[in-house]
Amino acid sequence: MCLSIPSQVTELHPNEDSVTVDTMGVKRKVSTHLIAEPLEIGDYVLLHVGFAMNKIDHKTAIENLALLKQMELANGC
Amino acid sequence: MAANGITLEQLYNGFRDPDTIKMLLAKIAQIAPQLPEPLRIMEVCGGHTHSIMKFGLHQLLPDNIDFVHGPGCPVCIMPKERIDQAIALAQQPDVILATLGDMIRVPGSDTSLAKLRAQGADIRALYDPLDALVLAQQNPDKTVVFFAIGFETTTPMSAVLVQQAEAMELDNLLLHVNHVLVPPAIDAVMAGGEATINAFIGPSHVSVITGAKIYQAAVDNYQTPLVVTGFEPVDILEGVLMLVQQAIAGEAKLEIQYRRSVSHDGNLKAQQLVADYFELADAFRWRGLGDIPASALRLKPQFNHRNAELKYAQILPTDPVDDHKACMCGEILKGIKTPQQCKVFGRGCTPQTPMGSCMVSSEGACHAHYKYAGVSL
Repeated sequence: MCLSIPSQVTELHPNEDSVTVDTMGVKRKVSTHLIAEPLEIGDYVLLHVGFAMNKIDHKTAIENLALLKQMELANGC
Repeated sequence: MAANGITLEQLYNGFRDPDTIKMLLAKIAQIAPQLPEPLRIMEVCGGHTHSIMKFGLHQLLPDNIDFVHGPGCPVCIMPKERIDQAIALAQQPDVILATLGDMIRVPGSDTSLAKLRAQGADIRALYDPLDALVLAQQNPDKTVVFFAIGFETTTPMSAVLVQQAEAMELDNLLLHVNHVLVPPAIDAVMAGGEATINAFIGPSHVSVITGAKIYQAAVDNYQTPLVVTGFEPVDILEGVLMLVQQAIAGEAKLEIQYRRSVSHDGNLKAQQLVADYFELADAFRWRGLGDIPASALRLKPQFNHRNAELKYAQILPTDPVDDHKACMCGEILKGIKTPQQCKVFGRGCTPQTPMGSCMVSSEGACHAHYKYAGVSL
């Protein structure tokens, strides 16, 4: 029900309160009614029942993954 | 497209990386012996239940760390009388009943929306609530009732639906509102002190909307660590590691593992939309947990003209319908019993013939156990 996977903004439709997103190869138009800040092409969003819910903070995602990789190296995995 | 230094695939697969999963499991196993008592972690959200069972994470953790599956599955906690109301609405000749797909299969007292649809009722499973606007435009001689379900994740979408219907002056679009809240459900599980839970994994996408702040009271009241965690296996295991570290240090803090999507304050625009159109209801009867005060939302009075419960009050059944006496969902949700300890689990109660709430959807505790953990009778 609440599952949602990351999607990437590929087209902007500023006059329609929507953007087109790519979800692992599947493209569809989604609502931006819940997004306060303007979206740009290339941004990552979480998609849920036809709405973009937020803008994913890609810097935090990169930092999180890098930190986990460091932990792996430290653990000799 | 590799935007911002990371591709969509890396963003998705990075949090499913087998080496990272192994490393996190090794770290957890390394420090778990220091736990002062066994850690019984409630994952409140059905999405987490599904991920944990699907990836077999419960089987990969040390013996002194257990998951207890919580009440966070909006389909599972829907009492039968509310489903009966959806069925009664769908039986009206002038009504098109629209809802999110999850609700269609769930049995009410005598039938389900899916069976009714097979008999000719006009029932639409929507992917996007805003599709109800198109339905209402295309069918001006019918009343479209959107049966709105879900936790804080989906409430803003229903708010936008009301906002748009008002703006478009679509008089033939109503809502039957069943939007419920996570914090009162945590309270219901913990109240009475019989629950055996001493750590929480906080929901992912509820928290995207609400922010982590909504759990602070639970953390303070029950002195229980809570980590808001993403849905991917790496997210869940990193969340477990953070909970184990807190428990070893004797701490009870609210932390966010899912930092790429969840902040302390959440999506303020979505919260404002919800506040514009909805208010707290006095109580909601949860399947498996009973009446929980102030645990659901209803439309504000100025939108009574959109409230299907008022417009169709005369035809809606309101008598409470309880689950079978043998069903142990209430105790399973509190971590007092496991699905396997229920006499009807896998016998009379299966995903095809659910007798209780936890078996209804793939996010329910019993359904997930039945599907992924096998049934030993």
